Amino acid sequence: MAKIIDDETLDNVCILAKLSLNEETREKAREDMQKMLDYVEKLNELDTEGVEPLSHIFGDRNVFREDVVTNGDDRDAMLANAPKVKDGQYLVPKTIG
Amino acid sequence: MDLEKMTALELAEKIKQRQISVLDGVKTVFSEIEKKESRIHAYLDLYKKDAYARAKQVEKGIAEGIYTGPLAGVPVAVKDNICVKGKKTTCASRILENFVPSYNAEVIDRLERAGMIVIGKTNMDEFAMGSTTETSAYGITRNPWNTEHVPGGSSGGSCAAVAAGETYLALGSDTGGSIRQPSSFCGVTGVKPTYGTVSRYGLIAYASSLDQIGPVGKNTADCAALLEVIAGRDPKDSTSLDRKDLDFSGALNQKIAGMKFGIPKEYLAEGLDPEVKDAFMEALKILTQQGAIVEFFSVNTTEYMIPAYYIIASAEASSNLERFDGVKYGYRAAEYDGLHDMYYQTRTDGFGEEVKRRIMLGSFVLSSGYYDAYYLKALRTKALIKQEFDRAFEKYDVILAPAAPYTAPKIGESLKDPLSMYLGDIYTVAVNLCGLPGITVPCGVDSKGLPIGIQMIGNCFEEKKIFRSASAFEKGKEAVNHETV
Repeated sequence: MAKIIDDETLDNVCILAKLSLNEETREKAREDMQKMLDYVEKLNELDTEGVEPLSHIFGDRNVFREDVVTNGDDRDAMLANAPKVKDGQYLVPKTIG
Repeated sequence: MDLEKMTALELAEKIKQRQISVLDGVKTVFSEIEKKESRIHAYLDLYKKDAYARAKQVEKGIAEGIYTGPLAGVPVAVKDNICVKGKKTTCASRILENFVPSYNAEVIDRLERAGMIVIGKTNMDEFAMGSTTETSAYGITRNPWNTEHVPGGSSGGSCAAVAAGETYLALGSDTGGSIRQPSSFCGVTGVKPTYGTVSRYGLIAYASSLDQIGPVGKNTADCAALLEVIAGRDPKDSTSLDRKDLDFSGALNQKIAGMKFGIPKEYLAEGLDPEVKDAFMEALKILTQQGAIVEFFSVNTTEYMIPAYYIIASAEASSNLERFDGVKYGYRAAEYDGLHDMYYQTRTDGFGEEVKRRIMLGSFVLSSGYYDAYYLKALRTKALIKQEFDRAFEKYDVILAPAAPYTAPKIGESLKDPLSMYLGDIYTVAVNLCGLPGITVPCGVDSKGLPIGIQMIGNCFEEKKIFRSASAFEKGKEAVNHETV
C-alpha cells in the first residue's frame, strides 16, 4: 500500500519545497503526487535485500585541487543579475526581528 | 548543391576550400530561420548581429591557420540551459527570465576554440523537465515534419532547428532521453555521451548524476565531429573524466560484420506502437545484411526503470532547484511579507506546473521518514539495472532499442496526464541511470509521415561502437532507399 498523502504530509512537502498551494492547486498537487507514489510502489516488488544503493556510476572518489583562486572579480556582473541590490550587496527583506 | 541541405562537415569543407565564405553559411541559416521560425519557434534568442561579426573573425582565423578543425566556420545552436556569457539563459523558465551569465559554459568555450559560430538559444521544456517542449514558459515549439505535432523534449528546440535547416548543428542535454527522444521525433541524429565525457560546467543542473550535454545533427558523422569538439576533461567539473579515446570520427566507416547486437525482449512488448515496431524490425535487417549478429535477450528490471528514474531525478531536481530563491538572480515576486514569504511567492509564481510537480515529489522522497523507502530503494534498483546492463555488455557490443514507444504526439495531448507522459521514457532512462552512451538515428517514417528513430546503446566509454554501428546503418539504409527509388 502506497503512502497516503494527507494534509500534514502535503504541508510538510510545501515547507521543504518552499512552494505554496491554494485551494485550487492543492487538490491537483495531492492527486498528482498520490498517483506517482502509487505507481512507484512497484519498486517494492523487487527484492533489493543486500543490494548497496548506487549513487555514483563510476564509484565514489574525491577530486582534490589546490585552493587557488583562478576566476576574476565578477562582482558587478553577478550583482547585475540580482533582483534587488544595495551598496554592492544583495538586498533581502529584514531577517532578524 | 544548396547550402541549406549540406551537412555541417560538407559546409566546413567548402569553407576550407574557399568555395564559400563563413558568412555564406551563417546567412543560410538565418535565411531559413526567417522563412520558418514563425511556424516552428525553435529559438528563444537569436544572435544575428554577433554571428555576422563572428563569421568575419572566423574567416580571418581560418585563413591565418588558427581554426583548423573539421567544423571551423559552422553555425551551431545551443539549448537554453547552457550558459553563454552576456546572453540571456532562461532554461525556458520564468524564474530565470532575466538571467545573464557572467561566464561561458565549458562547451561554449570549446565551440569557440573550434571556430564554430553560436547563432542562438533553443527552446526546451522548463528546466529540461518534460518530453514535448510544451512546458516552456515562452511558448511551444512545433515539429517541422508536421506542425500539429510536438518536436519531443526536452531538447525539442535544438532538434527542431536541425530538422528545419535552421542550424547545421545544435547542443542539447539529456537527463532521461532529452536528446535521443526529440531526435527520433524530428528525424535527426542525437547523441547522449557516457557520463563524464562532456563537462557540465555552465549547464544549469536538473539531475546532476544523470545530465550530459550532447550533439544533435543531420547525421552520425556530424555528431561525431561535434562530440570531439566538446568532449574532454575539465577541472571545473569534478565528474568530468580524462578520456584518451576521443577520436570518434575514426570509428565511422568501419565494417560491422561479426558485431553482436542485443535487443531487450521486454522493450518490444505491449505499449510499443506497431508501426514503430515494424520500422525497428526492418532496421535490424539492415544490420544483419552487413553481417551483424542480432539476438534477443531479457532485461528483467525493465518495468522498474521509470519508477527508479523519476524518484532519483526528482530528488536531485528538488535539491538543485533550491538555489532559485529570488535573491541572487532571476525573478523575485513583486509582493511578499518578509523573507520566507518572498521565497514562497517567488518560487510559486516563477516555476511552472511540471517543475513544481517534480520539486514536490523530490522533496517528499528525500524527506525524513521516507528517504529509505523511496530514495534509497530507487538507488538499490539502479544498482540492479546496472548489473543487468553489465551482464548484457559481456555478450553484446551494442544494445538496440526504439527511441520512444510512438512517434511525435499531437500538441496538447501529453500534458493532460503526466504519468502517461513519463511512461514514454521507457527506452531511454536506463541509459542515464547506468551512465551509458546512446545515439538515435532515423530509421523510418510512419503512415502519418512522422519520423521514427532507432537507438543504439553502448557500454560506458564505447561511443566508438555506437558511432560505427550508426554510420553502417545509415549507409545500409541509403542503399535500400536507393533501390526502392
